[in-house]
Amino acid sequence: MKSLGSIRRSFAPWQEADSKPYISFKNVTKKFGDFVAVDNLNLDIYEREFYSLLGPSGCGKTTLLRMLAGFEQPTAGDIFLDGVSLKGVPPHKRPVNMMFQSYALFPHMNVADNVAFGLKQAGMSKSEIGQRVDAMLKLVKLEEFERRKPHQLSGGQRQRVALARSVATRPKLLLLDEPLGALDKKLREETQFELMDLQQELGLTFMIVTHDQEEAMTMSDRIAVMDRGMVVQTGTPAEIYEAPNTRYVAEFIGSINAFEGLVTKSADGKISLKGTDGFAMQVDAPPGSSYSKDQQAWFAVRPEKLKVSRKKPATKINAVRGEIWDLGYLGDMTIFHVKLPSSLVVRASMLNAQRTVEDPISIDDDVWLSFASDAGVLLER
Amino acid sequence: MGTLFRRITIAVPYVWLLVLFLLPFLIVLRISVSEPVIAIPPYAPQFDLSDGLQGWSEKFSQLSLANYQWLFSDPLYTNAYLSSVRVAIISTFITLLIGFPLAYGMARAPERLRPIFLMLVILPFWTSFLIRVYAWIGILKPEGLLNQFLMWLGVINEPLQILNTDNALYIGIVYSYLPFMVLPIYSTLEKMDYSLVEAAQDLGCTQLGAFWKVTARLALPGIIAGSFLVFIPAIGEFVIPDLLGGTETLMIGKTLWSEFFNNRDWPVASAVAIILLFILVVPIVLFQNAQARSVEKSQ
Repeated sequence: MKSLGSIRRSFAPWQEADSKPYISFKNVTKKFGDFVAVDNLNLDIYEREFYSLLGPSGCGKTTLLRMLAGFEQPTAGDIFLDGVSLKGVPPHKRPVNMMFQSYALFPHMNVADNVAFGLKQAGMSKSEIGQRVDAMLKLVKLEEFERRKPHQLSGGQRQRVALARSVATRPKLLLLDEPLGALDKKLREETQFELMDLQQELGLTFMIVTHDQEEAMTMSDRIAVMDRGMVVQTGTPAEIYEAPNTRYVAEFIGSINAFEGLVTKSADGKISLKGTDGFAMQVDAPPGSSYSKDQQAWFAVRPEKLKVSRKKPATKINAVRGEIWDLGYLGDMTIFHVKLPSSLVVRASMLNAQRTVEDPISIDDDVWLSFASDAGVLLER
Repeated sequence: MGTLFRRITIAVPYVWLLVLFLLPFLIVLRISVSEPVIAIPPYAPQFDLSDGLQGWSEKFSQLSLANYQWLFSDPLYTNAYLSSVRVAIISTFITLLIGFPLAYGMARAPERLRPIFLMLVILPFWTSFLIRVYAWIGILKPEGLLNQFLMWLGVINEPLQILNTDNALYIGIVYSYLPFMVLPIYSTLEKMDYSLVEAAQDLGCTQLGAFWKVTARLALPGIIAGSFLVFIPAIGEFVIPDLLGGTETLMIGKTLWSEFFNNRDWPVASAVAIILLFILVVPIVLFQNAQARSVEKSQ
């Protein structure tokens, strides 16, 4: 398989044998009454990593963060920070700061006092606090707002005060609970890159909780996809996107088409399937996998890896006829919804630079969908 | 039409204040500068429309501040005022000590239980105030429930004299005014985002530190409002000191009552009431000024 590394080319401590994880969740379980929020979970996070916990609401990602901050205690298992157990360590003694989803800015203090709060607790001298607060406000570009109260700021400004406050004490680890959730789309995109720059500049470890896959993809070195208290897959954004290990992950990250089939033959690194949607498939076997005859499997293909064409492909394998059901023009590309004879609707996308060259495809056209044997990944579930 | 309606809407509270507050106040003020006489009503001069302008100005010159001078010359009144203020301050403080944890517990309780707790706090209002204070006599008297219970426990051998002492007075005031402390504090704490406390702990505060710097600080408006709601009626309280307090208990409400009903000295009673009003108005105005200034500063 292709190497799907971190967005930062040289940064991949999880691949090095001698690097020790900075944070380790070891068989951590958290129950609230009968409800299992986190289920026997293991996770390693390395120093200076930008790590995302991605999942739908209620999957236990925030609980994980709160256990690390010290607001919740694991029911079973233990969390280690730099090799030391965090059992019984109160929140104020952990070198961990949290940026709350609500920002939790103190409404009775102005911006400067909010940022200075942690520094005062640490017993810094007045002049040092002043310098640090100025530096922090400069970092988040809020110098002119130091005397304002939180309610006099916009949502984006409040978010930046919260960020400045949580990094002012130079924690080793910053936890961010849906940090961009309250911002509008444009501001969110800008802030994503600001967060990445800040993390690089301060050399901190970031652990971020989000339900927004795009956000996680953009910012993270690695992502852990969670479902019902368990980690389903961890990996770099590219790994998760290109090689999801289940349909759950595949569907959670971007859109995907899952072609169902029964295995007919497995040989020479290729697997042949009888597709439920009326066409035969022959695809690359995932490394280390073993499929037996008549086993149910899904071949998951991203929309951009599907080829849409009026011309009939040369081979019958991995190709199916369909009708353009819907069409969405997005400026840089066009999204097709193609209805197969089995009435399955498949999503395909095409760059407009290709599409408009000659004889553009439009609605109600009959087309052929095809894909290469390495265009997707075969999944068992 | 619209403006007229708006004017009427604004006028209603003003008329209300004028008729039910300013007018009675002016009547009391006017009686306080009169002289007591044995008549009905028991003060002079009486203004009459038939007197004419001449008669009015003559009667006006008879008005004097003699009652006020009298109040300040007799230490009884000064002592009664001071003792009332002291009782009100101590009661307010005890009410706060009990009311804050109560309000905090209610605000942190599961959401479905909160209306029930709120109901329990308000429930006593369904019974007459007077009957509730009477009930305390039954509890506090030497052969009452409290003494019986303590003797049954073996804590004491003979009944304690609680009724007709200052202790009974404090118990009565704290019991009666506790809801007025609990409700405003509860309403500020209930609104508070608990993640603020977590944020404070996250930034290095101990639990106690976070409580002082965040919870208590944000509850301050409720604490102040509650304290005023307890302090103001407590200072002029009459029923509780009369029923539960002893002969030694000196409070301005009782003094006022005896001036009015026992001595039938309406002018002095009115002067007592006017001074009481000023004692209450001064701290309120000071407080409101301070409040307004802090609001201005933050903007």
